[in-house]
Amino acid sequence: MTAIGVVGAGVMGVGVAQSLAATGHDVVLIDVDEKILGEARTTIWRNSRMSRLMGGPALDPDEVLSRIETAVGCQAAAGCPFVIENVPEDWNIKRAVYTELDAACGPETIFVVNTSAIPITKVGSITSRPDKVIGVHFMNPVPMKPTVELIHGFHTSPETLRATRDLLKAMGKNYVDVKDASGFISNRISHVFMNEAAYLVYEGVADAASVDEVFRSCFGHPMGPLQTLDLIGVDTVLKSIEVLYEHYADPKYRPCPLLKQLNDAGLLGRKTGRGFYTYE
Amino acid sequence: MSDTVKNQILNFVRGRYPQADIDESQDIFSLGFVNSLFAMELVMFIEKTFSVTIPNDELRIDNFRTANSMTELVARLTNAVGV
Repeated sequence: MTAIGVVGAGVMGVGVAQSLAATGHDVVLIDVDEKILGEARTTIWRNSRMSRLMGGPALDPDEVLSRIETAVGCQAAAGCPFVIENVPEDWNIKRAVYTELDAACGPETIFVVNTSAIPITKVGSITSRPDKVIGVHFMNPVPMKPTVELIHGFHTSPETLRATRDLLKAMGKNYVDVKDASGFISNRISHVFMNEAAYLVYEGVADAASVDEVFRSCFGHPMGPLQTLDLIGVDTVLKSIEVLYEHYADPKYRPCPLLKQLNDAGLLGRKTGRGFYTYE
Repeated sequence: MSDTVKNQILNFVRGRYPQADIDESQDIFSLGFVNSLFAMELVMFIEKTFSVTIPNDELRIDNFRTANSMTELVARLTNAVGV
């Protein structure tokens, strides 16, 4: 089977690679250096091992890893029918990666943008194939979340849409169709309440545990917004809020200064052991 | 030994959820605010603290529901290697 390219081996890329491999797909996982890729392999092995405990299927972690090849540089994606891109939510990084991918891949390759808030049409505009650029907003943790947002760019073709729907079905994912607008449905809403939750802590109105307690106990959410923020990563959430702020030029997306401070301090959430909460 | 094991596990769980009244037979996943991500933390805590490796067939949520069930799991694993 021809491998699916997965570019970016952070939290989302690792989850996408695991989901693909666990459903029988071969994967080429690409990032900028071997160290990140080594850590990604460790994470995929550990998360596959925990799969059943987390409510997913029982997986053999060695078997999952055996379907994933890792490589440095976008050239490794040449020949892949799909490339699922998961690089940070920073336009300069996205632009550099898509320029490389566009040169490396044949005209038949479909680019799947896994973005939180950057418009798909904008990504399409910097490639030679806007009809083959489509958005899939995977949720975190990817292997545990059954549904994604499927975003149609302005020029996305019906063939690209059909092929991507087939890939998602083969991964066991359901999808919700969304037109292209920064933040789509999920992040347009969720990032506003995560940002506002950070403001409550910043202003000393309540501590993180109290904010989350209201969401869990009063609203019935399984996790509070600051737990979710820590899970996604302070840096990632901040970048997405900044994208929303820039795109809509609307002060309702003004990033909370506490998020900037945590980001500068390297307290990024679960992945660094501390964010709004401290982890073992 | 198992008393110490149980206390260490209880201290860890209570430290994370100080607002809850958790005893050794409390099913922590039935409390409503403990999710499966915490199960993953429990696995890492147990493996690190008690120097054991939990085999794949023991990675079931039932083994992590209560401090009692986790203590039994640690006992099984340490007995198995003759500690």
